[in-house]
Amino acid sequence: MSKAEEFVCGLKEKGFNFFTGVPCTILKDIILLLESDPDTIYIPSVREDAAVGIAAGAYLSGKSPVVLMQNSGLGYSLNAIASLNLIYKIPTLIIVSWRGFEGKDAPEHLVMGKITPRLLETIGLPYIILTPDKIAKAIDEAVREMENKMIPVAILVRKGII
Amino acid sequence: MKRKEAIKVVVDLLEKELVVHANGMICRESFTACDRMENFYMVGSMGLASSIGLGLAISLPHRKIIIFDGDGNVLMNLGSLTMIGDLLPKNLLHIVFDNEVYGSTGNQRTISGTIKLEEIAKSARYSRVEKVKEKDEFKNVIKDCLKCDGPIFILVKVSRESDEGIARVSHTTETIKRRFISAIKD
Repeated sequence: MSKAEEFVCGLKEKGFNFFTGVPCTILKDIILLLESDPDTIYIPSVREDAAVGIAAGAYLSGKSPVVLMQNSGLGYSLNAIASLNLIYKIPTLIIVSWRGFEGKDAPEHLVMGKITPRLLETIGLPYIILTPDKIAKAIDEAVREMENKMIPVAILVRKGII
Repeated sequence: MKRKEAIKVVVDLLEKELVVHANGMICRESFTACDRMENFYMVGSMGLASSIGLGLAISLPHRKIIIFDGDGNVLMNLGSLTMIGDLLPKNLLHIVFDNEVYGSTGNQRTISGTIKLEEIAKSARYSRVEKVKEKDEFKNVIKDCLKCDGPIFILVKVSRESDEGIARVSHTTETIKRRFISAIKD
């Protein structure tokens, strides 16, 4: 089983059943799996904040949503997270690919890459940095945090992990 | 037609439909006209009422979902129209109350006076697109649209007037959410 398969299986085992987002190369294998999975739904979004809104609608209907995005999209999503999820207490799992990690990437990723964890801390979202040997544990921890705090939780995915 | 009159036209015809409200005066006027458990008042996240409505429509295919949107909100998230047109949820009724201004912040102009939102909705493959100005006409259109499959887009041209000192939604955001979820489970 590939790491992407392990990750998607782990999410489904935990009851996540509604996926939306905007792609990133780092997330391409995950999205490919989700799109071809007959048991779940993946909605291609045009922007990350729209994906956060769609996921909120899905949550209100009783689904367990996941939003996938590159960390560049985190910028677009901040107001949605702040003035929708955090004030209504709408938990959502946000899978964020971490471009610009340790300054090794194309120039457009360097600023956001440097501040990604700080940005999440500032807005008050718990996050977990994914490691290949602890995929199930990361998902467990994210779910626990979401259930305790009723807010979104991010899993940060660096290049080469999945 | 005033926006609050247009809102009242729809509200008087509602049964168990779920209504997602764009932020600003739309929330306040609908709350004042008739506060319903089935109303989701989106007080922040401008632009996203149509995205929240789309998420609901896909997840609850047997429930009618209505979006009370504004021109400023639609313009902020035009991409949402294209997503609705991609997914074509039959149970979605998208109503845009268009006064051509950002009414909650002092009536600065939006660009819906020059940009034809109804043409954008047509291009985005809504199954039916209506543009109305008169109250009686709106009443007839809305009666019919409540019975029809969508996605339907209704652009309702309204005046800029709104009542000074109209009440804000008095529920906490968490209460709005809780009530709305329980209305869905009913």
